[in-house]
Amino acid sequence: MAEASSDDQNGPITLSPVDHPPDRSRRARLVLDDGTVFEGYHFGATKAVAGEVVFTTGMVGYPESLTDPSYRGQILSFTYPLIGNYGVPPRPTPGSLPEGFESEHVQASALVIATLSGGSTHWSAARSLEEWLIEEGVPGLCCVDTRALTRRLRSHGTRPGRIEVEGVEELPEIADAATRDLVAEVSCDEPRLYEGVGAGTHPRIVLVDCGAKANIIRSLCQRGADVLRVPHDHDLERERADGFLISNGPGDPKVAEATVAQLKRLLVGARPVLGICLGNQLLALAAGADTYKLDYGHRGQNQPCLEVGTDRCLITSQNHGYAVAGDRLPPGWREWFVNANDRSNEGIRHEDFPFRSVQFHPEATPGPRDAAVIFDRFLEVLR
Amino acid sequence: MSTGAVERPSKVLILGSGALKIGEAGEFDYSGSQAIKALREEKIYTVLVNPNIATIQTSEGLADEVYFLPVNAEFVERVIERERPDAILLSFGGQTALNCGLLLADRGVLEKYQVRVLGTPLETIRITEDRELFAGELRKIGMSTPRSRAVSTEEDALRAAEEIGYPVMVRAAFALGGMGSGIATDPEELEGMARKVLSQAPQLLVEEYLEGWREIEYEVVRDRHDNCITVCNMENVDALGIHTGESIVVAPSQTLTDHEYHLLREISIKLIRHLGVIGECNVQFALHATSDEYRIIEVNARLSRSSALASKATGYPLAFVAAKLALGHSMHEVPNSITRVTGSCFEPALDYVVIKIPRWDLKKFKRVSLALGSEMKSVGEVMAIGRRFEEALQKACRMLGIGAHGVLCNSFEFDNLEEELAHPTERRIFAIAEALRRGMDIERVRALTRITPWFLERVAEIVGTASRIAEHDLEGLPDPLFRHAKCLGFSDNQVARLLKRDAPIPRGYGSMLEVREHRKSRGIMPVIKQIDTLAAEYPAHTNYLYMTYHGSEDDITMSEVRPQIVLGGGAYRIGSSVEFDWCAVNAVESLKRRGHSTVLINYNPETVSTDYDTCDRLYFDELSLERVLDICEKENPAGVMISVGGQIPNQLAVPLGRAGVPIIGTSVDCIDRAENRERFSSLLDELKIDQPEWRELTSLADALRFAEQTEYPVLIRPSYVLSGAAMSVAHSDEELAEYLAAATEVSKDFPVVISKFIAGAKEIELDGVAQNGRVICYAISEHVEQAGVHSGDATMVFPSQRIYLETVRRIKKIARGIAGALKITGPFNIQFIARDNRIQVIECNLRASRSFPFVSKILKENFIDYSVRAMLGEEVSSPEKSAFECDYVGVKAPQFSFSRLKGADPLLGVEMASTGEVACLGDDVHSAYLKALISVGYKLPERGVLLTTGTIESKVAFLPSARKLHQLGLPLYATPGTHQFLAEHGIESTLLHPPLEKLSPNVIDHLEAGKIDLVINVPRSERRHLSSGYLTRRKAVDFGVSLFTNIQAAELFVEAISSVRSEADLTIKPWREYV
Repeated sequence: MAEASSDDQNGPITLSPVDHPPDRSRRARLVLDDGTVFEGYHFGATKAVAGEVVFTTGMVGYPESLTDPSYRGQILSFTYPLIGNYGVPPRPTPGSLPEGFESEHVQASALVIATLSGGSTHWSAARSLEEWLIEEGVPGLCCVDTRALTRRLRSHGTRPGRIEVEGVEELPEIADAATRDLVAEVSCDEPRLYEGVGAGTHPRIVLVDCGAKANIIRSLCQRGADVLRVPHDHDLERERADGFLISNGPGDPKVAEATVAQLKRLLVGARPVLGICLGNQLLALAAGADTYKLDYGHRGQNQPCLEVGTDRCLITSQNHGYAVAGDRLPPGWREWFVNANDRSNEGIRHEDFPFRSVQFHPEATPGPRDAAVIFDRFLEVLR
Repeated sequence: MSTGAVERPSKVLILGSGALKIGEAGEFDYSGSQAIKALREEKIYTVLVNPNIATIQTSEGLADEVYFLPVNAEFVERVIERERPDAILLSFGGQTALNCGLLLADRGVLEKYQVRVLGTPLETIRITEDRELFAGELRKIGMSTPRSRAVSTEEDALRAAEEIGYPVMVRAAFALGGMGSGIATDPEELEGMARKVLSQAPQLLVEEYLEGWREIEYEVVRDRHDNCITVCNMENVDALGIHTGESIVVAPSQTLTDHEYHLLREISIKLIRHLGVIGECNVQFALHATSDEYRIIEVNARLSRSSALASKATGYPLAFVAAKLALGHSMHEVPNSITRVTGSCFEPALDYVVIKIPRWDLKKFKRVSLALGSEMKSVGEVMAIGRRFEEALQKACRMLGIGAHGVLCNSFEFDNLEEELAHPTERRIFAIAEALRRGMDIERVRALTRITPWFLERVAEIVGTASRIAEHDLEGLPDPLFRHAKCLGFSDNQVARLLKRDAPIPRGYGSMLEVREHRKSRGIMPVIKQIDTLAAEYPAHTNYLYMTYHGSEDDITMSEVRPQIVLGGGAYRIGSSVEFDWCAVNAVESLKRRGHSTVLINYNPETVSTDYDTCDRLYFDELSLERVLDICEKENPAGVMISVGGQIPNQLAVPLGRAGVPIIGTSVDCIDRAENRERFSSLLDELKIDQPEWRELTSLADALRFAEQTEYPVLIRPSYVLSGAAMSVAHSDEELAEYLAAATEVSKDFPVVISKFIAGAKEIELDGVAQNGRVICYAISEHVEQAGVHSGDATMVFPSQRIYLETVRRIKKIARGIAGALKITGPFNIQFIARDNRIQVIECNLRASRSFPFVSKILKENFIDYSVRAMLGEEVSSPEKSAFECDYVGVKAPQFSFSRLKGADPLLGVEMASTGEVACLGDDVHSAYLKALISVGYKLPERGVLLTTGTIESKVAFLPSARKLHQLGLPLYATPGTHQFLAEHGIESTLLHPPLEKLSPNVIDHLEAGKIDLVINVPRSERRHLSSGYLTRRKAVDFGVSLFTNIQAAELFVEAISSVRSEADLTIKPWREYV
């Protein structure tokens, strides 16, 4: 009988392009650090880049994903085979929160897909995906068996790789990006205030920007909070705030020492703190817990998260490669959520103080909005 | 929200959906079977009511008790009284089960017997079924619905339409498949529609018509802890206005942004939380083409056609999970059986594209409108999987089995393309491709079709590639272009047809195989991919597979063990339906019991065979020579079984055998000898077996000469025929010429034969299994209707009740002779006609027939199991049981869907027209027949009977029956000829004028006024022009009045109601107690 040959592909091999669309002539390829090569065709900006190769299983939301600062420095592959179907929204107005994007620019280093599909006929589109990538200087690779790539990453873990483009001589080194201070790269330079909607008193939330997605700010403002977005190493203790939100962001949490140091000081007090994604990991580190790298991370829009001690299971949007060691939390802390698939930690909370964090993305975009209730609960605590 | 513990039931009643009909098809065999499995796993005793004997769910080893009885409140109440279940499942048997459940609740039956409704509460169902209540609930939570009014009179309907503004959408409340719905553009149209709907339904809905909006569906699941997921969303390629069951549908949605996708998802969840659904629910949206404005169109708080599709499209076992949730489990407790490490509380991520196309059979009907709209007309569907939209689309077009080679390279002709695009028929997708090929721009096509441009761009991509292929011959075809074409789903056959060549493409498989060999030499090969619900994020343990060219490696590795491959039956259509799924599933199970590794190929999402746990490896892919060869090359099978999936796999026998594939069972040459008319006929001559005179057709002149010699009527049919495609009886030269034109259109690769049609003969069928020519078991059934009614439309009685022993003896002898001569190994079916002591063979199929599940279940001897053992070469002994020992009778009755097919003439003929069937058991033929008829919608007459009994011969024949009707005290009405004949024979009747004579009292008025609840209308001939007979029959169908057009069936019915006076006299016994 045939067996699923999932986890036993050994040795580097070269896979040829799966398709030859007539409008693609320039060859390109993805080279993994173990020598595996995925050949395909090039689209987008004509340049070679290196980065950690990761995959997301979300079926919609490529403009949101590509602009998510948590993907900073990564080569992003979509498991859904048709990408580009509904084009890309208009360019964000400088200075305001970008609409339809999570930051002003593409954050991923490169894009790997099966088929580049469609132009810009959707009503909300202003240009095609390819036009946008060219503007943003980001290369793409298509005609790849992305399922084969995913299966490799799943069995051997996410790994460094490089996109090489025919005619581009200059090749960056394939290197582990774990040591790069990516948070510093994506954080804002100076504080900025976003006003909440509606009349009445607005709670004031200080958002520690480790690479915050725009929809976190929108979600808070829509709930009537004023949001002061501050750099990742901002002095938090002195800031006037009803609560703090530690944002998502890229990279290994252990590299983001500046933020952890700030958080440690916050935890001495009693003002409410909510962490999201990287924020969960940073809060855990500040509390004295540990974090580790997942084999291939959680990136997608279908991750089930159980609220510990209840029968409630939320379907969540996720994008992370590191996790909190939930089985080794310091005294006073417990797991808030766990992943129903692999039981990894999805959030922690303090037993006595209003310090909580979630590994998933309550702000969604892309992805399901079920977890937005996390913001509601946070705002309740502030009020 | 209930959070308390749910008491676990010990005995659960499950309602099936009865016969397959338009709007309610095989999907409920899938959902019911999964529900039974889910309950059995927990040792809950299950009782099933379903008269559909060809289903898997009514097979041994599933439900603990099976009742082949009508799914209506009267019968189900009696089953409840007898079985005393403590709970009932209503959401697994379609609208039929749901309506029955609501009625049982209304009548207080559920309360009286303390039967708990599991899953979604009845109150929720009631809200979703009553459009006014539903709209009210939506308003409460601030959700948009189309502006609408529920009305119960024609006047109110007109008033509502004035308020909303024309055009308006009209629908019947409590109806399945959009029955009685349509678009009214003015008061006159509205009035007509309202009258018709209100005659059959208490309520009518007049709604805002959302022309050109996108149509999106979500399949939502909720457990009693308020956890919700959407398993899948689906986007209709066709814009709103075409019923979703009639639309080409793609999963997941292709043109929705994250914002649109998750906006609708969020609303779906909010809605079902508000409604309190527990289990599965389908939400349909209209989404504006150029904004995020939406309307909620419909909610189905039960398993549906869409949920079956979603289940197959994602690999998420929706029906199984829904049953578990109905028992009170939470979603995360139910394991995901594909990964085995994750739970059921997640949303599948797809890394492929799924396309569904409905399968229509409208050409089988006379006078039916071909236009597609808000009512369902399709009889089945196909589902195709690919890594590109184009690939899936072209696969799906081929899977339809209508002679399409893809979206292009077909022989469809379009007189007026713009008209075809603007007013869709079943051929619209082909018309779009043709329009683009002729240079119409996408914008123009969009304006005419209202289809989202992204989809049209995909078709244009295919068209562009086809024109590039046409610039080359095979040797000159560049590899990149060849590979791209395969990625876009072009078949080798299609490529062969496109390539530049000097002479026209020859018939047969030669050019396709030439392309195939060349392609393989260029290294352009498909790969096997897995459907795993998680886009490869976790390893999968099941082998739910498809093939694609958009991949560089197989997901699975083959082992040394060579499997047995079973070919399934393809799309349900008239003539090939759930019975072949039963055969295929039983063949796989039989193989599994014998320790074989099993592979199944099929592409019908409405089936149990395509559940990934049926076999070891499921290929959800094409049953084409190309794809089956691809799979055989990968799998290296020990054997390929082509005889249990109906005619589609049977047709592949010869080319597969020639390609060296190990076909098991009867040899390929013998299959050809039975299928090839000429060879079969000379075999019969050799064996001295009588057959109707026939001739293979070479020209019209020859045909006319033959008809003249043998005398009309004559029967015309192509070889390799199933369900009477283009089969016709001609009574005159003129008809003969006309039918021939139609017959040669069907299949140019096979010749057409013409034979003497024998009227007034009895039709008898023998289903059997043989091994090396020795008959192991057989079953002889008789048709109630005389020859001339297609065997699929005939009422079958088994064991036969009215055949002489001598006839049986001779039939057996003939069968032995044929089995021996053809060295049959495996299933076969022979059809006979008997008249005046003369027995003739009219057809022989060396494959399982439509009646295999029927006879197998009546005898409780599984003919498929015998067949498999015979084909595997085991030593098989005959069953000990014999039909002669049966002290009960089974009657199989056809289900027609004429009420769905506006304008269709419900007359029976040699073309099959029924969409499904039921079979019931009884202590005698009368009770079994009545149960079967009630199961397909007949009612016992109480108010009045209208008689039009045709020719003088049939008038005479029916006279004793007319007398019995009179004796039963039923008021008789008759049209002039019949009225006079009855009067002459002393039977009182009221004269009614035929519809075309506008005189009063008239047939039409009486039917509309509900004074008649049985119409016996036997036509004088198979005339096709607009006649009073047609108008009467059509009116009866439109008003839901029981109708007989066949004299023998009507006679048996009268006999039956004379001996069984009321439904209450019909016994309620489970299958087990009969057999």
